[in-house]
Amino acid sequence: MTIKSTISTCIIICTILTGNLHADDQSVLVQSTTSTANSGLYDYLLPHFESATGIKVHVVAVGTGQAIRNASNCDADVLLVHAKVAEQKFVEDGYGVNRLDLMYNDFVLIGPSDDPAGIKSITDATDALKKIADSNSIFASRGDNSGTHRKELSLWQHSDTEPGLHSGKWYRETGSGMGATLNIAIGMNAYTITDRATWINFKNRAEHRILVEGDKRLFNQYGIILVNSNRCPLSNTQTGQRFINWMTGDEGQSLIASYKLSDQQLFYPNAKPEISE
Amino acid sequence: MSTFSQVFSEVGVLLSGPDPDLLEIVWLSLRVSLTATLAACAIGLPLGALLGIKNFPGKTIVTVLINTLMGMPPVVLGLIVYLMLSRSGPMGFLQLLYTPTAMIIAQFALVLPIVTALTRQQIEDNWSEYSDTMNSLCVPLTQCVRTLLWDSRISLLTTGLAGFSRAISEVGAVIIVGGNIDHLTRVMTTAIALETSKGDLPLALALGVVLLTIALAVNTLVFSSRTRIA
Repeated sequence: MTIKSTISTCIIICTILTGNLHADDQSVLVQSTTSTANSGLYDYLLPHFESATGIKVHVVAVGTGQAIRNASNCDADVLLVHAKVAEQKFVEDGYGVNRLDLMYNDFVLIGPSDDPAGIKSITDATDALKKIADSNSIFASRGDNSGTHRKELSLWQHSDTEPGLHSGKWYRETGSGMGATLNIAIGMNAYTITDRATWINFKNRAEHRILVEGDKRLFNQYGIILVNSNRCPLSNTQTGQRFINWMTGDEGQSLIASYKLSDQQLFYPNAKPEISE
Repeated sequence: MSTFSQVFSEVGVLLSGPDPDLLEIVWLSLRVSLTATLAACAIGLPLGALLGIKNFPGKTIVTVLINTLMGMPPVVLGLIVYLMLSRSGPMGFLQLLYTPTAMIIAQFALVLPIVTALTRQQIEDNWSEYSDTMNSLCVPLTQCVRTLLWDSRISLLTTGLAGFSRAISEVGAVIIVGGNIDHLTRVMTTAIALETSKGDLPLALALGVVLLTIALAVNTLVFSSRTRIA
């Protein structure tokens, strides 16, 4: 037996051993941002969808940047992220069809409770960032092209600060996911920005507090997109569409609204009734 | 530190009641890493033995290359396998991405150089004792390989264990090609990474203790079998 045939035999044996679990049509592959997964929303919603339709939902939770890239490689049936501009570009470029608003919550600025930059009770998020920059207080940035990172960069832009010039000094780009960045921020006594759902669900908060919230620029919109089957013939368009219909429909929307953690609502549904394709 | 005392109570909770979710994760970890290791041994042992016995031009280069691949970063390997198995990749039609099979393929490729390189060294060392006898008997090459592998079986068990340890402990490759999907591709290491990202450090560490316990069980099992196969 040649090595080549041995390897292919092995792959075949492995396939038999483990089962080819994604080949069936009764599943939908969702590339999702981490915040929705880490908050426990899917654990709450998906059993309802699965029992109603018999369709299994497989969620891959990564940063928005990576989720969009994976979906562009056709490795998704549905994309659920929070970076509207990038989402619209995803649709315009032909990777997705029909982006729909799904739900929203907001971002918050968190920091050490002794608040060295003195941003507590500032209502304008960009003013708060400016104070952090002016006082050279440590700020942990995702630095990973995620939805949260993009939001952070747009806020810096509005505050006329170029934090990139201070990278490695007070501005620390972690290049990691939200959870890892929060752990780092807490370890470095740094400020950072996070979505509220992740923060409420985050257990290693130590002495960090929400310091700035409520600015309307901190609005955090989630969108849901069906991957374009013209470009991705292997995608499960039908189950994907059913999932989107359910999430944006009455049942999904009311379940999203009813999901609470520590008595706090994490996501606010805002899908507009729309005729789906 | 309070985290460490919390870890012990978490470990107690995890090990006391057989939580079906945890069992599922443990079982998948074992299934994936054992299959990958066995497959890598099936190819790596004879391949390593051949490299140890045969002389051919460029042997040094091949040996150095395989030794280098032992240091392959799992993340890089994960990315390569991802690009191969992606629906838009050359093997996308197989629809293997985000399945346990994809994880086995990635770990197989991680373990193969380790098994091959360590076997080669072991067999080369033993070959110096055998070569005169074997050469004078004109034993065919396949027979040589078989004899040497069998006679080195005790030390090759450790080679297999080294491969298994690499597989069961890595997170970089399986999280990319498996996706850490609940009830489908979540294994111990990706679950630990997930709990860390949720800030639940005690639970993450407790899962780490469980993982080490499993590794201990596998090692004990293999070690105790040494006497039987000796």
